[in-house]
Amino acid sequence: MRIATTARPALPAARLERVESPWRRLAEEFAASRLALLGLALLVLLAAVAITAPWIAPQNPYDLAQLDVLDSQLPPGSHSLSGKAYWLGTDDQGRDMLSAILFGLRISLTVGVASTVAALALGLALGLAAAYFGGWLDALIMRIADIQLSFPAILIALILLAALGQGVGKIIVALVTVQWAYYARTVRSAAIVERQKEYIEAAKVLALPEWRIVLGHLLPNCLPPLIVVATVQVAHAITLEATLSFLGLGLPITEPSLGLLIANGFQYLLSGKYWISFYPGLALLVTIMSINLVADQLRDILNPRLKR
Amino acid sequence: MAAYALRRLGQSLLVLALMSLLVFVGVYAIGNPIELLVNPEADDAERLRAAHALGLDKPLLVQYGVFLLHAAKGDLGRSFVYNIPAIQLILQRLPATLELALASTVIAIVIGIPLGLLAGLKPHSWVGRSIMAGSILGFSLPTFWVGLVLIMVFSVHFGWLPPNGRGETVSLLGVPVSFLTLDGLRHLAMPALNLALLQLSLLVRLTRAGTREAILQDYVKFARAKGLSTGRVIGVHVLKNILIPIVTVIGLELGSVIAFAIVTESIFAWPGTGKLLIDSINQLDRPVIVAYLLVIVTLFIVINLVVDVLYSLLDPRVRLATAAPAH
Repeated sequence: MRIATTARPALPAARLERVESPWRRLAEEFAASRLALLGLALLVLLAAVAITAPWIAPQNPYDLAQLDVLDSQLPPGSHSLSGKAYWLGTDDQGRDMLSAILFGLRISLTVGVASTVAALALGLALGLAAAYFGGWLDALIMRIADIQLSFPAILIALILLAALGQGVGKIIVALVTVQWAYYARTVRSAAIVERQKEYIEAAKVLALPEWRIVLGHLLPNCLPPLIVVATVQVAHAITLEATLSFLGLGLPITEPSLGLLIANGFQYLLSGKYWISFYPGLALLVTIMSINLVADQLRDILNPRLKR
Repeated sequence: MAAYALRRLGQSLLVLALMSLLVFVGVYAIGNPIELLVNPEADDAERLRAAHALGLDKPLLVQYGVFLLHAAKGDLGRSFVYNIPAIQLILQRLPATLELALASTVIAIVIGIPLGLLAGLKPHSWVGRSIMAGSILGFSLPTFWVGLVLIMVFSVHFGWLPPNGRGETVSLLGVPVSFLTLDGLRHLAMPALNLALLQLSLLVRLTRAGTREAILQDYVKFARAKGLSTGRVIGVHVLKNILIPIVTVIGLELGSVIAFAIVTESIFAWPGTGKLLIDSINQLDRPVIVAYLLVIVTLFIVINLVVDVLYSLLDPRVRLATAAPAH
């Protein structure tokens, strides 16, 4: 990107100015879609309520002293005997669903973001190594990625969690294991294209150390497709975690994510007490949709093929 | 060609051997089944006897060796819980899963391809836009959540469809199937639709993208210039050319559908292999877990192998690329 901005001295001054700030241009292009802006706004809001959950939630849903069994399975909008309102109803233990959802969102987002960051780092390192060094290392890494990607993520995660057991750390390990290959593949294919470009040759001619070429020149230019993949994968990670927790294989009951809340309410669904499952599901849905809206727009603005 | 197929087969067998070791070691690490199987009040001698009877007192590698020896003879061990051969248990449940997977594939094709064509022909109309919005929704919605909503609407609210089970089955060539009875169809409808959603969205997107590319091609312009009817141009010229990737994806996705059936079967209590797997994981029924995973892995390897070989038959470029070593 740095190259693109400085290599056009012949352009008229007015156009040069606009080219000069790629971040600003990206922001403008992103804002062109109102839907994407809505997604981003929702995402910021969700992240904010998730981070501040302990302070803004009406009750601490896991402090048993604050729960009253007499208030269990109340429909949305009911009031407790002490006059507290349960806007989204309560679950089988008299837990305020709104508070449970805020805390669940916190866990779901944490797991999604943490596993994505870890998988990104791992995939990036392996993919760059494969592209830059080539040879047997490339063959080995990509073969493992191929084999892994030929099986659905849910199956691999299920096997891993069946072996590992429950827990936040374990589900992150499982999610990283199923996700690193996407990044490794993306970064490798980008790096192989970039490696043959002139600026890498120029860097080599300058006799820069290899690590500087890889980290300072190759890596930044491989980032755009990776950002797109990472955004989509956060949504995938959250969905996958929710699914595994729903099946009873993800998180323990002491750390309920949205998926576990939904599973918890499932048994009451058939007796018409829909809110115990429905609202956590709605929260999950809005989260995933807003991430996908942002990801879709990012893909469009970062894809050079769609540029006219 | 034969050399290519043989090499792919060799690779596949290697993957299978590797996966069996990984699965066996992984599953071995899950809890101690003796705790669940033996009466909690049993004394140590009884526990040892039970462990010995199940072969759990031997070292892991010996257990794996014994397992491989038996597996080569088609015996994947006996279920700890049901005390019948694990493979028999899986084969009993497999028709239900396959029926569900096929039904959902049919739904995805019948709805997905026409919608994708429509969206591809009119990408900027409100129809095209809403179809795409729907497909994004289909991708984003977690399968289990859609299942819950389906139950909420059609079982709890309207009371039209039963929320669980397989319903009445009839025997077709010795295999019990649901889709030939009205009760069975009513039971099949929701799980199949639920499972179809992902594939459906994928097919809509693929068909749309293919159509948009194809209608810009010269052969389509030429067909139009010849004065062919729009129906014929789309039905024959466009559809035929975009069908290759679509068929490939349908084939490849069959495996994913079976894997995702784990979720759908758990929601709708559909008595297939996926539900069996979840139950077995919860009951630490190791032989069933291992057998299920090996059956699924084999299935995947076969699907991938068939698709690869078919591809090299259809597209000479694949064959040439593998025959000539890359520089």
